[in-house]
Amino acid sequence: MTLRGFRRPDGRVGFRNHVLILPTVTCSNIVAQKISDAVPGTISISNNTGCGLLAGDMELVSRTLINTAGNPNVAATLVVGLGCESVSAEQTASSIKKFGKPVEFLSIQKSGGTIKTLKKGIALATKLVQQVNDIPREPVAISDLVLAVECGGSDPASGLSANVALGSAVDKIIDRGGSTVISETDEFVGAEMIAAANCRDKATGKKLLQMVHRFEKHIRMYGADLSNGQPSRGNILAGLTTIEEKSLGCARKIGTRPLVQVVEFGEIPTEKGPVFMDSPGFDLTSVSGLVASGCQVMVFTTGMGTPLGNGIIPVIKIISNTPGYRRMKDDLDMNAGTILEGTETIEQVGERIYTKILRVCNGQKTKTEILGENQFCIWQTQAQL
Amino acid sequence: MQSAKMSAIVINEADNVATAVKQLTSGAQAKVMIGNREETITLRDDVPFLHKFALKGIAKGEVVTKYGQPIGEATTPIKKGEHVHSHNMRSRRGLTSTKNR
Repeated sequence: MTLRGFRRPDGRVGFRNHVLILPTVTCSNIVAQKISDAVPGTISISNNTGCGLLAGDMELVSRTLINTAGNPNVAATLVVGLGCESVSAEQTASSIKKFGKPVEFLSIQKSGGTIKTLKKGIALATKLVQQVNDIPREPVAISDLVLAVECGGSDPASGLSANVALGSAVDKIIDRGGSTVISETDEFVGAEMIAAANCRDKATGKKLLQMVHRFEKHIRMYGADLSNGQPSRGNILAGLTTIEEKSLGCARKIGTRPLVQVVEFGEIPTEKGPVFMDSPGFDLTSVSGLVASGCQVMVFTTGMGTPLGNGIIPVIKIISNTPGYRRMKDDLDMNAGTILEGTETIEQVGERIYTKILRVCNGQKTKTEILGENQFCIWQTQAQL
Repeated sequence: MQSAKMSAIVINEADNVATAVKQLTSGAQAKVMIGNREETITLRDDVPFLHKFALKGIAKGEVVTKYGQPIGEATTPIKKGEHVHSHNMRSRRGLTSTKNR
């Protein structure tokens, strides 16, 4: 199957051609959403922050917003701010320009309120959609693909079926020159030594361990420990007892090839191959970081099922067990439970996942796209002001 | 992956727990493959779908092994065939995380 995508000015390739309506602060979410509702071809995200930030989070939030607009599935961006927020629409738009794609910005205060901003926004968004509408799909290579791998609502079958089969598909992508990004730092606790030993070089392994230890230290700062929420209540009901057990299952998603780079939340990798990105285990936040890091498509494995989706990148959802598949079929693209039943091998399911990824890249809609699922949550690691 | 006839999966030969791939009841004979060796374990508890049971006796404080890796420790002595979960094992990470590095 030939992959066909949209080549962007920075050389990266998109597999969707969205115009993004990007609110820089929670205050402009509804205006941004209404502009998007009025203009087909656009997508908006909801911003849970953007103001009242300490310096560290200010940098994290700005980077996430800017790099989300930079995601190659985004063809052009309209930034919508309030006006007085910490993360200004004008500065954000100016930073987005580095990707070479069309950018416009609006401030609700400067425009004179909601109605006037909506009017201006709808006109600008329409102009942008018309501008990017004729960008053609062209043949691209697997080496242009950056696959996000993520899990949520895990059960003990995740590490036996869905995650291992995904790992097998990932190995195939890596061997053809492609990339993948895995995240969720707290879900590496207990698996970090094996993961560090499987890094391309010692420095990368050391950085990975430091990131895991930094996360643990951050939790201890509050006098708390991981057992306060890892594994989650649902994980435990499903049969996962400890974070170590959960992590060892989670880590299987990345496959067996050596990790080549470790990046911060929402940072764009510069190396090709398997990459680790810092993020919390809360899947919504992790997904948002993976979108910002430039992944164009995601495979999301689950044991219990979830409607989670993202408007910018298609999310392919695979469940680990057949009873769960029957229960949550409307939200799921594939079942890996056949591995537990012995009717399919890990490699066979891996092959099906690989083919599905290529089809989705080429335009096939995932269940989350059909259902219009679109969640976004930016990480906040410091006190809110 | 192991045959569909198996009631549970043992991921690594070094593991002292198996994962049930069907709902198992107390008293049942669970067939498992440990490496190339088939073994039958008599279950002492009901074991829900995807939950763990002990393949051998595990002493209090002894490491529970799955994927060939430590996943925590027993908080009470665990007998062969017992359900293994939060009631008789715990994580070694968390509050004491620095101790284990």
